Amino acid sequence: MALLDLIKFPTERDYSLTGPEAQRAIDNGLAGAEWYRTPIDRKTMKALMRRSDGPALRDTALWFALLALTAAGGVAFWGSWWAVPFFLAYGVLYGSAADSRWHECGHRTAFKTVWMNDVVYQIASFMMMRNPVVWRWSHTRHHTDTIIVGRDPEISGMRPPQLIVIGLNLFGLVSAPQSFAALARNAMGRLSPEEADFVPESERPKAYWIARAHMAIYAATLAACLAMGSILPAMLIGLPRLYGTWLLLVLGLPQHLGLAEDVLDHRLNARTVLMNPVLRFLYWNMNYHMEHHMYPMVPYHALPRLHEAVKHDCPPPSPSLYAAWREIVPCVLRQLRDPHHFIRPQLPEGAGAARQSPPLAAE
Amino acid sequence: MPAIDACALDDIEEEDLIRFDHGGKTYAIYRMFGEEVFCTDGLCTHEQVHLEDGLVMDYVIECPRHNGRFDIRTGAAKGAPACIDLATYPARVEAGRVIVELPA
Ligand code: FES
Repeated sequence: MALLDLIKFPTERDYSLTGPEAQRAIDNGLAGAEWYRTPIDRKTMKALMRRSDGPALRDTALWFALLALTAAGGVAFWGSWWAVPFFLAYGVLYGSAADSRWHECGHRTAFKTVWMNDVVYQIASFMMMRNPVVWRWSHTRHHTDTIIVGRDPEISGMRPPQLIVIGLNLFGLVSAPQSFAALARNAMGRLSPEEADFVPESERPKAYWIARAHMAIYAATLAACLAMGSILPAMLIGLPRLYGTWLLLVLGLPQHLGLAEDVLDHRLNARTVLMNPVLRFLYWNMNYHMEHHMYPMVPYHALPRLHEAVKHDCPPPSPSLYAAWREIVPCVLRQLRDPHHFIRPQLPEGAGAARQSPPLAAE
Repeated sequence: MPAIDACALDDIEEEDLIRFDHGGKTYAIYRMFGEEVFCTDGLCTHEQVHLEDGLVMDYVIECPRHNGRFDIRTGAAKGAPACIDLATYPARVEAGRVIVELPA
């Protein structure tokens, strides 16, 4: 942790869950608050929430097939340059695409059949080097208190943004060792104080056992590497979380980066970015992020329809990933000098009033 | 527990629920198909969010905030983040009205 502090820009606010901001958020009525939601009639909402197995079965079969094909190509051409494109693709399917599978199946909305969600959730959690129990609770908190400083454990763009850390994380150089250390800690039967803040006592034994299972797989992979005298097994299991995770940051950071902290309105702190079908397959429609936060019951395959249902009440989406980053980059550069700067999306005329937090409303 | 005439059966769509407030408490009344009705506490046991905007599917209510799931017949919590069971109350249909037995 001390090493990490050396490459971090100092922040005015304490983003930890155990510091003074945690109490401040509670005192200001920001914890577990009532959030703004665009009104949708019950009939439309029920149609949007409807579950089915078809889309996720198709997409998961395709995902697994692509993983298998690219892995097979990488193994077949191992030792030659021809292996590189296979591992580039395999890495992205593993270290980037698994994140959205983790996410949608964590909400148990991707498939109608619960066990299918749970199986894919376990696999994707392993691929992302995340303890499935701990991260389920972390994400639960992220939904209760989205970008509320001192409450949300999943704030990736602090003010000022930790640009060196973000840069290193394009290849998982900070996040993967942190995740691995967390798994090792959990495997030893311990939680960090932050984890203990959101994982209930009754769930902790499960978190320890699953961490041991993950560590056993990594140990077996290491043993295979030693036995073969090659890193090939690790290129297939574990290392893709480093070399293949760059696309996740490119797709995922725009979710909240540069937007407001401490507001009770996802229209102000989450961003929807329109993307092409290939990126939407890799990201399982998580680019409709504002809509997802507003209505987490809607499965990924219905998010484009939800977007249509709420767009009259929401800021215009970023028309492309490029446009999103063109908005973000100048903002985060300015935040290096002025951590109070952030983007205020324009709500359309006639939209429901923005729900600011008490301190912001008073400003 | 006194029997209370809560609503008409037709006030609830099939595979859906409505909110019912009574005696300073809030409940959820569900209808599956035909005259099959159930009643539980209205607030999710995880973070006390009302279940009225949730999704009813195969005898399960899914909470609108974090997708916590409960069996509407027994109130059983079906996995994190729903870890504590919901209280249930007897419910039936009489002459097209939904009758629930709630604490006085
Ligand atoms: S409030 Fe219902 S699952 Fe969290």
